[in-house]
Amino acid sequence: MSSSDLAPPFDLFVAGGGMVGTALAVAVKQAMGAGARVACCDPAFGGGFYGTRASALAAGPRRMLERLGAWRAVAPLAQPFHEMIVTDSRPADVVRPAFLNFSGETEPGEPLAHMVFNADVAAALTERARALGVELIVGAAADFKAGASETLVTLDDGRTVETRLLAAADGRRSRLRDLAGIGLVGWDYGQSGIVATIGHERDHEGKARQHFLPAGPFAILPLKGRRSSIVWNEPRRDAENIAALDAEDFLAELTPRFGRELGALTLLDKPQTFPFGLRVARSFVGDRLALVGDAAHLVHPIAGQGLNLGLRDVAALAESVVETMRLGLDPGSPETLKRYERARRFDTLAMLGATDVLNRLFSNDIPPLRLARDLGLGLVDRLPPLKRFFMREAGGQDRGRLLKGEAL
Amino acid sequence: MSPADSAAPAALHPDSVDPADLARFERLGEEWWNVKGPMKPLHRMNPARVGWLRERLCAHFGRDPKAPAPLAGLRILDVGCGGGILCEPLARMGAAVTGIDPAPGNIGIARAHARRAGLSVDYRATTAEELAAAGETFDAVCAMEVVEHVVEPAAFLAVVASLARPGGVVFVSTLNRTPKAYALAIVGAEYVLRWLPRGTHDWRKFVTPDELAGMLVAGGLEEVERAGVIYHPLADDWRVSRRDLDVNYMIAATRPA
Repeated sequence: MSSSDLAPPFDLFVAGGGMVGTALAVAVKQAMGAGARVACCDPAFGGGFYGTRASALAAGPRRMLERLGAWRAVAPLAQPFHEMIVTDSRPADVVRPAFLNFSGETEPGEPLAHMVFNADVAAALTERARALGVELIVGAAADFKAGASETLVTLDDGRTVETRLLAAADGRRSRLRDLAGIGLVGWDYGQSGIVATIGHERDHEGKARQHFLPAGPFAILPLKGRRSSIVWNEPRRDAENIAALDAEDFLAELTPRFGRELGALTLLDKPQTFPFGLRVARSFVGDRLALVGDAAHLVHPIAGQGLNLGLRDVAALAESVVETMRLGLDPGSPETLKRYERARRFDTLAMLGATDVLNRLFSNDIPPLRLARDLGLGLVDRLPPLKRFFMREAGGQDRGRLLKGEAL
Repeated sequence: MSPADSAAPAALHPDSVDPADLARFERLGEEWWNVKGPMKPLHRMNPARVGWLRERLCAHFGRDPKAPAPLAGLRILDVGCGGGILCEPLARMGAAVTGIDPAPGNIGIARAHARRAGLSVDYRATTAEELAAAGETFDAVCAMEVVEHVVEPAAFLAVVASLARPGGVVFVSTLNRTPKAYALAIVGAEYVLRWLPRGTHDWRKFVTPDELAGMLVAGGLEEVERAGVIYHPLADDWRVSRRDLDVNYMIAATRPA
């Protein structure tokens, strides 16, 4: 087939229509309009089930969703939290003194974060993508070959498309990342996180709680209604055994860890486990290829930063692509991709490093260390500049126009 | 003037272009568009110079640089267009672009690439002299990285200036004749870093900003702005500088209405 028989190539083809992939397609299409041909493919566009998982959306990424026109649909379903209580305790401790209290506002009137259901965010962004004229393709990217001026993408049903820039938003087991030969660095903690939705008798008052238990961090994140999402770390085998328990036995294991402040507990969905590790792609870019979201990095959910890191990738890549395209230049050029990688890789490594230190510090039960970190956290709480630093970390480093809520 | 040789068909009268340079560029062929090939430095520099062109064009013609097609309706001529590295971004910004190059091979590459990209650019294997003789004029004329390859810069720039309509604007970029330019553009880029094939540039053909501005004024234009394009080794990118015109520089000039 002669290449000139094909339609002109897409400017941006996003493989993966989850929250990060659709956000990228929307950000570029919204800024460029008819000036950019944008497509996004996902097998789930044909009507898939996104699951019941929730994420903690930080202030900057939330402002970005607002700018992208997706927040209005998500807001009524989102639970804001203004306070994050961090304790260091054992399950047997009756009283759990709060050593670190991350209360306060990122901006006046702005919550620390919102708990959102992933399915709600993905649905709102997909709807925006459709409304803006992003071509939504049912299917997965199975293979690609980068050429001098464009990349040829082969879908799993054999169709081919050409694009100037291919974005891999195809998740933690990114096929495109493997095909590009981009390896991962990092390590495994030998831990898994049990994630489940829990109902409770009393209202959580919009407070998030993070208990550093001997087995690892245990987070309770408030959802709309008398529900919370839990992230419960245990050694891998224990985690899998616990997740396999029936509801009654699961709740019997959960209650001492969850605490009794919120009254009787009920299990609202099937618990799932996720192996906890730290994984960063050796490079975030390849020839006409950019990795975004979990395809580029997998972060321990201790700090609830997975989605936020992914949306910050989107903010940086969309800004670089739009600036390039407004000059009539090639969105897949090494210059465009280098700007993206420079903006994101250091930030990601810093976040992963900080997350890892926190986890290592808290994932053990040696008394002197417990004492030291209790003192340490108390110290953090009393020293405003340090506390502000931690607050900013939890709230995210919001460089980039979209994260400030501005237009590209 | 060099005797005409086999580098270009005699019918094209490439009066102004050094035939040896012409042959060198024509040999590039498909490599024009390889961002990692011999033209990599030009591709890398392109965002900085295209950014400056957009800024100057929008300022001159009262356009909004953030508009979807900020250059819509402007007729722009690119003299020495090569494979179309500058024509395509200008066309994507909405301009009606004519690209000329005396080397038919370059024009073939440029046409094929634009067609593939779904862009409409009027590419012609001709010279500035021929267009001027036919009496064509444009809203804007670009002669980027060409002056250092022509035999008689003053005569060439007089022709380029005459291709701008009254009220139009002319952009010229080239290399300065300074020891720093010799060290960076020739010793550095061609011999040490191997960014460019050896023999790409001849330092003796370089003109200084004052000389260039003088030639444009002699062609009936008024200078508007000069700017340097400098390489940042730490950030590994190219930027526009208002102060440092020692190596690569650009001048904008207008033809009074």
